[in-house]
Amino acid sequence: MKRFGPLAVFIALVLALSWRLAHPSGTAVYSQLVDRPVPALTLPDAAPGQPPITAAAFATGKPQLVNLFGSWCVPCIAEAPQLKHLQSEGVRIIGIAVRDRPEAVAAFLGENGNPYASIGLDRGSDAQVALGSSGVPETFVVDGRGVIRRQFIGGIDEGALPEVRRALAEAAR
Amino acid sequence: MKHFLLVLALIAAPALADTDLPQSRWANEQLPDAHQEAAAQALMGTLRCLVCQGQSIADSDADLAGSMRAMVRTRIAAGQKPDAIRAWLVSRYGNWVSFVPPVEPLTWPLWAAPLALLLAGLWLARHRFRRRG
Repeated sequence: MKRFGPLAVFIALVLALSWRLAHPSGTAVYSQLVDRPVPALTLPDAAPGQPPITAAAFATGKPQLVNLFGSWCVPCIAEAPQLKHLQSEGVRIIGIAVRDRPEAVAAFLGENGNPYASIGLDRGSDAQVALGSSGVPETFVVDGRGVIRRQFIGGIDEGALPEVRRALAEAAR
Repeated sequence: MKHFLLVLALIAAPALADTDLPQSRWANEQLPDAHQEAAAQALMGTLRCLVCQGQSIADSDADLAGSMRAMVRTRIAAGQKPDAIRAWLVSRYGNWVSFVPPVEPLTWPLWAAPLALLLAGLWLARHRFRRRG
């Protein structure tokens, strides 16, 4: 019996490692700011002549979405129709254009439609890091008091729309 | 055929393109003060890149890692302590972003493992010596 001890340990190790290979752990890094207020941000508006976007824009008394995107980001194109759909249902969406130029943002919106109430330019990814976001597209559900309630990592596809609506309804309570 | 493939390669756009905006100045430029740069380097080597998750932000070529390097250098140059910068990032991304795990109940096994393995090894070795003697 004693002789089979090391073999048993070896088999247990192989089983554990192959289980992890078959069930890889997720690579998404979630923000620690969920259930905390949106950090104080001041972002220049992507549209010329508009006042900058400040933290006050995130606490309007009604739940809204904060969508991080980029004109250079391909999954953001796939997400655009769903955002447009949410906007047509009366959802207010604030855009944050990460590492972008105003002209490129304007061209992107011209091609894919503009679902945003306003868009902040985040040239150096500072707002992205302050929000605890690790990529684009990402969407935060913010309640009326400016508290982040949910984070959606990756593009919102059609299948995710009910979940986004549910999160907005929960944030309204 | 070769030419055809070359033309195809030229017109193909990368599937998930990165931004064409240049990196911030301090992403790839050292601070003029050698002490500050050393402190920034030491910190950057122990912060995990959020895109290339096995790499530190000092090693990663990802855009976000460049932005984080610029952030670390700017804050060090402004006189912030490395521990404060790490704590600020941990408050955004959790302990995951740091390569220096804190000592807390969840990580006790991690810190205890070397000691436990050493003790197990000694126990095994003692067993062997005794049999020979």
